[in-house]
Amino acid sequence: MARDQGIISWKELPLGCAILEPGNAKDLRTGDWRSKRPVTDYEKCIKCGMCYIYCPDMCYIPKDDGLFEWNEYYCKGCGICAHECPKDAITMVEEEK
Amino acid sequence: MARRVGIEVSIAVSEAVKLADVDLIAAYPITPQTHIVEHLSELVADGELDAEFVPVESEHSAMSSCIGSSAAGARTYTATSSQGLALMLEVCYIASSLRLPIVMTIVDRSLSGPLSIWNDHSDLMMERDIGWIQIVALNGQEIFDMTLHSFKIAEDHNVMLPTQVHMDGFTLSHVIEPIEILDKAEVDKFLKPYVSPMSLDPEKPVTIGAVGVPEVYTEGRKAQEEALLNSKDVILRTWKEFGDLFGRYYEPIGTYKADDAEIIFITMGSITETCMSAVDQMRQDGKKVGIAYIRLWRPFPFDELIEAVTKADALVVIDRAISHGGPGGPLASEIKSALYHQAQRPFVNSFIAGLGGRDITINVFKEMVEKTEKTMKKGVEPGYEFIGVKE
Ligand code: SF4
Ligand code: SF4
Repeated sequence: MARDQGIISWKELPLGCAILEPGNAKDLRTGDWRSKRPVTDYEKCIKCGMCYIYCPDMCYIPKDDGLFEWNEYYCKGCGICAHECPKDAITMVEEEK
Repeated sequence: MARRVGIEVSIAVSEAVKLADVDLIAAYPITPQTHIVEHLSELVADGELDAEFVPVESEHSAMSSCIGSSAAGARTYTATSSQGLALMLEVCYIASSLRLPIVMTIVDRSLSGPLSIWNDHSDLMMERDIGWIQIVALNGQEIFDMTLHSFKIAEDHNVMLPTQVHMDGFTLSHVIEPIEILDKAEVDKFLKPYVSPMSLDPEKPVTIGAVGVPEVYTEGRKAQEEALLNSKDVILRTWKEFGDLFGRYYEPIGTYKADDAEIIFITMGSITETCMSAVDQMRQDGKKVGIAYIRLWRPFPFDELIEAVTKADALVVIDRAISHGGPGGPLASEIKSALYHQAQRPFVNSFIAGLGGRDITINVFKEMVEKTEKTMKKGVEPGYEFIGVKE
């Protein structure tokens, strides 16, 4: 028998596949197809915020000390942050698994 | 009180749209649909119809505007033909998958090329698989009534699907016929204002038209398919209700002298009335012929079709479109698949006729019957034939 591959029964889908819960895209883990992850060398970082601005998935969260913390749940490994960093502080590293 | 008037069929459609008290019309003019939207724009400009008329720059934009309007909860109408419908097609899929009850008149016309403004069912068949309800009118009274039916059917909360009403370009759209035009009070008894089950509202935000990942898309399609199949009950109920109120009853498959017929024509649209005259003449010559005509094309009324035709010896299926490189006419392949499970089924003879405005005269109907009688004697069902093509 073919495995049921859906995540919701067709009978329970809202009309026209509408999404009734505002902002639920935040639950969508876009980080699961990443093949490389950015690693920041905070010794080189000048806190300019370019990585924070350019990341298309809003993966950098500003911290009180002015540095930026990376969020692995959303990061899809596109490498834009590493490309944009003026200090080459970000290196793309192969994911292990 | 309803009044019976001599009126151009296109104008009667506009009057029906006015009587349905639509909120928004977005349309781009294209032959032979033009008279409908020209008249509607006049009605809006003259203050006779309190609606937005959006004079868009293309049919693609027309359907896009209709989608926005319908999603906002407004009763929404458009009309088009042929190439315009082809340009609109991309967005038509979105209207049905978003379950928006837009009503559209399609004044049927062939598709280029060669460039042709004349009537056939190429555009009707192009829309076959897009998830809309498709209803086909025989004459002016039917298209007037069906326009009113369509809003009620489409907007029923158990349906919520866009609906197309088809009429033949020129041969129906541009002729003057006696049509009983209902008055506003009568229409209001039948058609209540539209209440959207899920309109766009900042107080209750929803996202429509989001991406459907592979884990959702199949379920989305299944839900849409079930909705279209289930719409048939509402269509039948609506037609019954209209008949009870105004005395004109509609069925998904109409028949004419089909009960005892040995050979039954299968037709769609305005050729049916010419075919009736041909049947009357052939009956006088002692031939037992009849007609089963398709009013509801999507969802296809399989049970009613089987009921109407299985007793006959042969069917003469007339397609006014062709599925190039395929089994011939789309109507004939539908009929054959409908009959596939029947232990005993009639012989099916399939003709492609009346393409790009070529007339199908009474003699052409007679010729089809003669050809069918000949091939029946041979006992082998032929493929399809372009009748009247010059070799
Ligand atoms: S790799 Fe791409 S997604 Fe990940 S943090 Fe950098 S910019 Fe954002
Ligand atoms: S772009 Fe580079 S230097 Fe600028 S804040 Fe990000 S890591 Fe630091």
